[in-house]
Amino acid sequence: MNLLDFSHSVGWLLWIPICPLIAGVILAFFNPTGKFSAIVAIAALAVSLGFSLKAFAGTWGYETHTLTHNFTWIQIAGVNLEFGVVLNALTGSMVAMVCFIGLLIFIYSASYMSHDARMGRFFCYLSIFMVGMLGLVVSNSLLLLFIFWEIVGLASYLLIGFWFHKPSAAAAAKKAFITTRIGDLGFLIGLLWAFKATGTFLFFDGGSGLLESSQIVALVASENVLWGLNGAGAIALFLFIGAVGKSGQLPLHVWLPDAMEGPTPVSALIHAATMVAAGVFLVARAFPLFLADEAMLHVVSWVGAFTALFAALVAIAQYDIKRILAYSTVSQLGLMMVGLGAGGLALGEGGVSIGMFHLLTHAFFKALLFLGAGSIIHGCGEEQDIRLMGGVFSKMKVSSLAYLAGTIALCAFPFTSGFFSKDQILLSAWTSNSVVFWISAFASLLTAFYMTRQCCYVFLGKYRGEGHVHESPALMTVPLVILAVFALIMGVISEKKYHVLHYLSGTDFHQHETTVVIISVIIAIGGIALGLIVYAKAKMGIDVVDPVKRALGTPFTLLEKRLLADELYEATVFKLWNALAINLTAFESILNTLVDALTAVVVSIGNFFSNTVDRKLIDKVTFDGTCTRIYKSSRINAFIQNGFLQGYLRILTAGAVVIGVLFLVFAR
Amino acid sequence: MELTLNHFLVLSAILFSIGLVGALTRRNIIIMLICLEIMLNAGNLNLIAFWYYSPNPELMHGPLFTMFTIAIAATEAALGLALVLAIFRHYKTVDLEQIQGLKE
Repeated sequence: MNLLDFSHSVGWLLWIPICPLIAGVILAFFNPTGKFSAIVAIAALAVSLGFSLKAFAGTWGYETHTLTHNFTWIQIAGVNLEFGVVLNALTGSMVAMVCFIGLLIFIYSASYMSHDARMGRFFCYLSIFMVGMLGLVVSNSLLLLFIFWEIVGLASYLLIGFWFHKPSAAAAAKKAFITTRIGDLGFLIGLLWAFKATGTFLFFDGGSGLLESSQIVALVASENVLWGLNGAGAIALFLFIGAVGKSGQLPLHVWLPDAMEGPTPVSALIHAATMVAAGVFLVARAFPLFLADEAMLHVVSWVGAFTALFAALVAIAQYDIKRILAYSTVSQLGLMMVGLGAGGLALGEGGVSIGMFHLLTHAFFKALLFLGAGSIIHGCGEEQDIRLMGGVFSKMKVSSLAYLAGTIALCAFPFTSGFFSKDQILLSAWTSNSVVFWISAFASLLTAFYMTRQCCYVFLGKYRGEGHVHESPALMTVPLVILAVFALIMGVISEKKYHVLHYLSGTDFHQHETTVVIISVIIAIGGIALGLIVYAKAKMGIDVVDPVKRALGTPFTLLEKRLLADELYEATVFKLWNALAINLTAFESILNTLVDALTAVVVSIGNFFSNTVDRKLIDKVTFDGTCTRIYKSSRINAFIQNGFLQGYLRILTAGAVVIGVLFLVFAR
Repeated sequence: MELTLNHFLVLSAILFSIGLVGALTRRNIIIMLICLEIMLNAGNLNLIAFWYYSPNPELMHGPLFTMFTIAIAATEAALGLALVLAIFRHYKTVDLEQIQGLKE
């Protein structure tokens, strides 16, 4: 095994995660000053981007090819644990997207975090985050993917809790870590199951890999291993639990909105390009396993649809600009899952491209929205409540226009990038499951509505806050403009000119259905129009009741409280935990009573002996004399027993040395 | 120069001695813990060295043993640090000379 022998294989893919790793190590050990740390991290990621673009370019036109480079990691008792990297269309498009958006976010952070004293540490964490994300994209082994997956989890913990002096940030970091851990446990079970069933961790291994047809056929042959799922479906189910945790699907979505406590570039990184995309990517990577059992495709699409609807509903009633975006991310991730599940049902292998296409377009416009929100928050004096904004448009033209570009892309306004990818999701749902279709369509309508609401709050009217609104520096606005261009035109170019759907899965399918296109146009424009009707002229402010709240009343309050998901967990999981603790305490007190009773019996027996037998017989005859002797000898003991820890240790050592010497002398 | 078993044993002995002297003489309880870890790792080095130069290294006894030791060392470090924290909260010091509770 030689890690650096890249001459005749795709082993050079390893450099993509290794470059940020080098930067992370440099930043961790030398902890350079702010500006220099940004340069190191950005330079390393730029090199990664170079390799990523090479990977991306290399897969164009070879969408059905899969190149791998495998090597043995360890070898125990005849079992080889192999690691490797894989290059196919999925890898190529994903690394290019992650590196590109990551680089823009890094550049943006260099300005955003320039006032923070711990900027070097921040870039160190960001680099480690990129290591995890890029590593999990390129890895060809379920185990290696899991390792990088955990690195992503660790880095997200560090980044969300970056301002750990705020108790809410520290709590959010813990919540994110623990909640995703629940999903990770599912992933771990799936991983071990896959290894037990197939004896390999590799995805592609010249015909014997986990995702290749011979293994899938063998897995499918073992029917009804778990709740009616076949062997492949059971593994897919556990992997999906991991994806649910990482991608914030119901019911493990609670960590994602709280993760907004981190610095805004972190939110952009976690919620746009990387961490939450990891779950969707895992499903896409392991898609053959999901395809092998239709029930799993149904599970994926239903979970996705409910998540999309739930989060879109909650987003309507939020006032924190980043929290709205967070719920919209949850909602869009749900739609990606719908794309994968329903796409798999409708198109078979082609399904992977539908979810992935939305993942890619969403990454651009959601990164744009978060960075734009960061710029607006920065401009408004670190204010995040949209009720205290307003009239921002005239004072921050560049940021606002970029933000609006992201908004219409998210609303799937015709001919923006979101329109093309969401249209494909709706189309696949239309052909496979009409209930899922209507849920997704309604969620999309709500998306357009709440984004319009948010924009009305932020951009229209008079400024309601107390800060001095100003435009952000060029280092922050340039990434915004680049992302805005991508958000607007990427969909049309990639789908119409380069046939990205064909590229992503290597299969052909018909592209549009007029009814669905009309419905999605109506949804987008209708949602925006509805939002404008309600909010364009409405009075807004911190002490003014929201127009929708006035109309809806209690249901809106419920939405404001995020449909009580946190409270539900508090009422169930925490209560259960507390109840267990209380019951155990009660049990213990019963035990204590028993022990006390027993003690009382023993004591009375002891008293009898001591008073009659002991005092009279033993004490006076023999004991006192012995005691006196022992008392005298105990002074020597007390000298040794002086309570000084290392004194004991020295005696122990001396004893060990004596035994060693005896051993050497006598044990020939 | 070729590395032989003795080199590793000498290195391990040196590490062990450093750890031992540290554990016996340093007054700071955290440094004492670190010294204990150094001693453990000297032992690990011995295991690996003996395995590597053993007649049949493919049995993987050495690394397996070492992995267990490392896992146990990790738990021991966690436990030790937790104890140090508790001791610090109680005595407000990490100086071993001030901590004489064992004699009671």
